[in-house]
Amino acid sequence: MPKSYTVQNTDLLDTQTLEVNFGPQHPSTHGVFRMFVELDGEVIVTLKPVMGYLHRNHEQIAENLTYLGIMPYTDRLDYFNAMTNNLGYAMAVEKLAGITVPERAQYIRVIVSEFTRLINHLSLVGFLLNDLGAFFTPILYAFREREKILDVFEEISGSRMMCNYLRFGGVKCDLSPAVLETMKKITRNFPKFLDEFEALLSKNEILCMRCQNVGVLPKELAVNSSITGPVLRASGINYDIRKVDRYSLYDRFRFRVPLGRKGDTYDRYYVRVLEMRESVKILEQALQDIPVGEILNPKTAPFAKAPRNFKPPVGEDYGRIESPKGELGYYVVSDGTPQPWRYHIRAPSFINLTILEDICLGHKVADAIIILGSLDIVLGEVDR
Amino acid sequence: MFFGLGVLRGLMVTLKNFVTSYFMPPDRGGLFTVEYPEKRLPVIERFRNFPFLVYDKDPENPRCVACEICANECPTKCIYIEKDTDPNKKPLRRPAIFDIDITVCMNCGICEEVCPFDSIYMDHPFEVASSDRLEKLLFHKNDLLKSNDYFHKIRPTHAAAIDARRRAVEEKKKSAAVKPSETGQPPKAQNGGKP
Ligand code: SF4
Ligand code: SF4
Repeated sequence: MPKSYTVQNTDLLDTQTLEVNFGPQHPSTHGVFRMFVELDGEVIVTLKPVMGYLHRNHEQIAENLTYLGIMPYTDRLDYFNAMTNNLGYAMAVEKLAGITVPERAQYIRVIVSEFTRLINHLSLVGFLLNDLGAFFTPILYAFREREKILDVFEEISGSRMMCNYLRFGGVKCDLSPAVLETMKKITRNFPKFLDEFEALLSKNEILCMRCQNVGVLPKELAVNSSITGPVLRASGINYDIRKVDRYSLYDRFRFRVPLGRKGDTYDRYYVRVLEMRESVKILEQALQDIPVGEILNPKTAPFAKAPRNFKPPVGEDYGRIESPKGELGYYVVSDGTPQPWRYHIRAPSFINLTILEDICLGHKVADAIIILGSLDIVLGEVDR
Repeated sequence: MFFGLGVLRGLMVTLKNFVTSYFMPPDRGGLFTVEYPEKRLPVIERFRNFPFLVYDKDPENPRCVACEICANECPTKCIYIEKDTDPNKKPLRRPAIFDIDITVCMNCGICEEVCPFDSIYMDHPFEVASSDRLEKLLFHKNDLLKSNDYFHKIRPTHAAAIDARRRAVEEKKKSAAVKPSETGQPPKAQNGGKP
């Protein structure tokens, strides 16, 4: 793994490196993200990620809102995974205020989180293939399945992507039997789709040649840069907050944590496919055992109607979950008023982006695009 | 295994999808999208877009009492309310101005949740695009006021639940012989009023 790359001077010709700005309006950068790249021919000599084009002042805005008012804003961080963003924030505030969540609500939370994981990994694999040049066939297959899940989300929360579904101490609306039936059907049919998807992709020689041994992320570097999520697990490190913290009800379900061997782009792709299979397992168990009962802690129910009365005690807390992209953490400091005194997000996309230069050096430009794609960033979350 | 088998298998998958998407029913791999402007899918009942105001009998007396709770709780602060006054400048319990800037509204539904008078709900129409940002995308009171029947039309179960609750509250008040809606107390919520 070259840490730096020196330009080879030939005696025949004077050569120069070329500076290229990828983005901020480049289709491959998944948003408004700029890569400042220095190229020697086709090979990357330096790469500097430039971010901040989508900065929306989320944390400062949040400090002027009530605790409930922040919830819809968290949807817009990582706009693919509104449900998990809600969950992380709700968990932080629940820890801070000491709110318990009824069992049915916990089950609903697990179910929507795992559906979100499916959505995220589907889109990621689709976009990765788009970056590789498989224009729109894989991604449309993926979006076809995603569409079914989004319809369910719309049915339960009222919105396809900006769900705003979780509340402190529970969830906003109950799942009707019809919705549960639809969810079961999606879960039942999903492995069949995944088999087909894998037949299309996993052994495809072009995909293998482009992805294997490209952008290898060594274990030590991954740990030292505090990479989390599927990117870390693709490097072979067994760290999944669902297993480590056992938050919500994840200790009740049987599932495994897929690990990669080499940490190259192919491993990052394949770990995600395997994670989808594990998510399906969790969904099957959760949809099987979901109990009847309350969906909102009766103690906090009045605060949904009057958010200004919700004043967590003075203190600070950090809630973290395994979002589809990695460790998503919310740090909330309360001074006893209806508004948080400080609110900070540990965004997995942002931190996973820090290793981009290290794993891109020495590769070709085209590889940098897929390495970026396989890191799975969403600019809404990187810049906040 | 010879080189290229993976690609060939992949091509078989695309061929299969090509065939099924045209000749199979939607739940078995067929197309389930529609050609939008000509054909439409029904809107899901709980779908939320922009808020609207409900009136019971005549638009002059909406349910809204201009308490400004929604305006205060709206995360984007896109609601602007002014109380109506009678000729003697005494404030009345209804809005004179009720504006929602839907270019700012983020469809979160919090106004609907916090309103203690069952007045503001999320609407369904989504085709509100306009080139006139200042006039067409700033909804005034008259654009926002819609009848309870309309509410029943777009959200039958939700509206029925709300109506039942309001009736129960009304009857309770009558039996307690308190003048309705002048106590300043919001009607007590049962199940939060959600369907
Ligand atoms: S909260 Fe309800 S009653 Fe109060 S101003 Fe808003 S819409 Fe009117
Ligand atoms: S939907 Fe949300 S943003 Fe829009 S007016 Fe209501 S509270 Fe404000």
